[in-house]
Amino acid sequence: MAGQSMTSSAVPAGPQEEIFGFTKAQFVALLVMFAALVVAPFFLYPVFLMKLLCFAIFACAFNLLIGYVGLTSFGHAAYFGIGGYIAAHSAKVWGLTPELSIIIGALLAGVQGAIFGWLAIRRQGIYFAMITLALAQMIYFFCLQAPFTGGEDGIQAVPRGHLFGFISLAPDMTMYWFVAAVFVACFLLIHRIVHSPFGQVLKAIRENEPRTTSLGYRTDDYKLVAFILSATLAGVAGGTKSLVFGIATLTDVHWSMSGEVLLMTLVGGLGTVFGPMIGAAVIVAMQNYLAEMGAWVTVIQGVIFIACVLAFRRGIVGEIGNLLRVRL
Amino acid sequence: MVRVSDTILETEGLTKEFRGFVAVSDVNLSVRRGTIHGLIGPNGAGKTTCFNMLTKFLPPTRGAIRYDGRDITGMKAAEVARLGLVRSFQISAVFPHLTVLENVRVALQRARGGSFDFWRSDSVLRKFDARAEELLADVGLTEWMHLTAGELPYGRKRALEIATTLALDPVMMLLDEPTAGMAHDDVDRVVALVKRVSVGRTILLVEHNLRVVQGLCDTITVLARGSVLAEGDYAAVSRNPDVVAAYLGTDASTEAEPAHG
Repeated sequence: MAGQSMTSSAVPAGPQEEIFGFTKAQFVALLVMFAALVVAPFFLYPVFLMKLLCFAIFACAFNLLIGYVGLTSFGHAAYFGIGGYIAAHSAKVWGLTPELSIIIGALLAGVQGAIFGWLAIRRQGIYFAMITLALAQMIYFFCLQAPFTGGEDGIQAVPRGHLFGFISLAPDMTMYWFVAAVFVACFLLIHRIVHSPFGQVLKAIRENEPRTTSLGYRTDDYKLVAFILSATLAGVAGGTKSLVFGIATLTDVHWSMSGEVLLMTLVGGLGTVFGPMIGAAVIVAMQNYLAEMGAWVTVIQGVIFIACVLAFRRGIVGEIGNLLRVRL
Repeated sequence: MVRVSDTILETEGLTKEFRGFVAVSDVNLSVRRGTIHGLIGPNGAGKTTCFNMLTKFLPPTRGAIRYDGRDITGMKAAEVARLGLVRSFQISAVFPHLTVLENVRVALQRARGGSFDFWRSDSVLRKFDARAEELLADVGLTEWMHLTAGELPYGRKRALEIATTLALDPVMMLLDEPTAGMAHDDVDRVVALVKRVSVGRTILLVEHNLRVVQGLCDTITVLARGSVLAEGDYAAVSRNPDVVAAYLGTDASTEAEPAHG
């Protein structure tokens, strides 16, 4: 239903003009985003911003799957968490540089995504979501029991280390620029994936899978590759977060984390370019600034979720885009 | 039209049972190359089930399907499509949020083989634009090329679907009720279009509107209650008392009337 009303917004008379694959409006929004990334640390606490950016990467990775392929994973915490644990372990125990730690975390999350995705993609809709959830719960149990994760304590005192072996990331501002760079890289990579020949097939699958099959595409293979890419990027987000905070814990693999990333994407705007980032910002800011209200944060989150589903189906960015009659 | 006696698609004892209910029973179908073959029957006759088995969207309970001399009974839908046996859908199957041009391009993109290159810009797909525009001109959709497909009226969606199917240059097209739910002038337009694109191809058409098959099909197979009731050209089939009874036995007023009236 939401899809039907979306179609009536922009009516292009000719082919849309694009700048690096972004529409004009998206390009303006992109410039605003870059400006915000540069200016923000001078006004806001860098650690808060880094947390926000890590979740923004996570939500963008999740959106790649739900927004552009139409797959609702309910176990993305598993990839986020494993990325975090592996990166933390690599940095602390093996003494690897931060960029290598994150890459190893991401690769393992990707391998895990390949196995889980291969199992889950055979089913659709709610069954797909339930299988991803069940597998993620197994990972939670593994992280609780495995010796290297430190059980309830997690992996603590993870050093941020030296970028490329010589730039110390211990100062928050240096770490901020690093995290911002990782975010921009992930953001642009996702944009490229969406606007690639591969992305075109993904959109076709989202729109009408049987038709895509009838055109000769092995749709399961495309969905699996998208799943692996999404899991890998979720691993990047998790790895980066564990280095920012110097800790990897069970919170990151808990199922509620899978719910949170879904919430961020929905609040921001499913299938929009900037939505997941805005959604992540809203949720993280709420958790931060409303922290003194304790358990009420969850209640407020629930109310926002209900409001979104009932009144703002397109999410914040989706609704703004609809008002301005542009795609954002 | 030159009649080649060579068979392109053939079924042998094709049967589909759903938990004991026999939807299609022992159907032996033989479609000659280069013809337009109609598969008709009243509601619930098993047309769509039969169609879905032929295109591998449903596995048959028993029986074999041969396409171009090759047994395709155990193949997957995407593989069959790659052999040139391409289907359409009863409910118009466009990609609603892609533009009309992009819809056709997704099919043309198949020529690249797999499209797993997620690191490359989609500007590489522009080389298919010219061919896509040609195909769209062919079905009269040029002026709507940059519109989102979901905004097209129903009849034009069917035309877009045919253009998309044609983009694969299929050896054989299977059309599932191409005129279902259409107004009269739209029906005529689609019938003319099917006739035009049938040149050099084989078409198997599932229809339940007799008026459509009358002007179009070289051979007609009538299904009723899952089995073949009659086969032949329109004149022979429409005179067959079993066929008349089968149609009258259901809702003859809406289905058979245009043909006999």
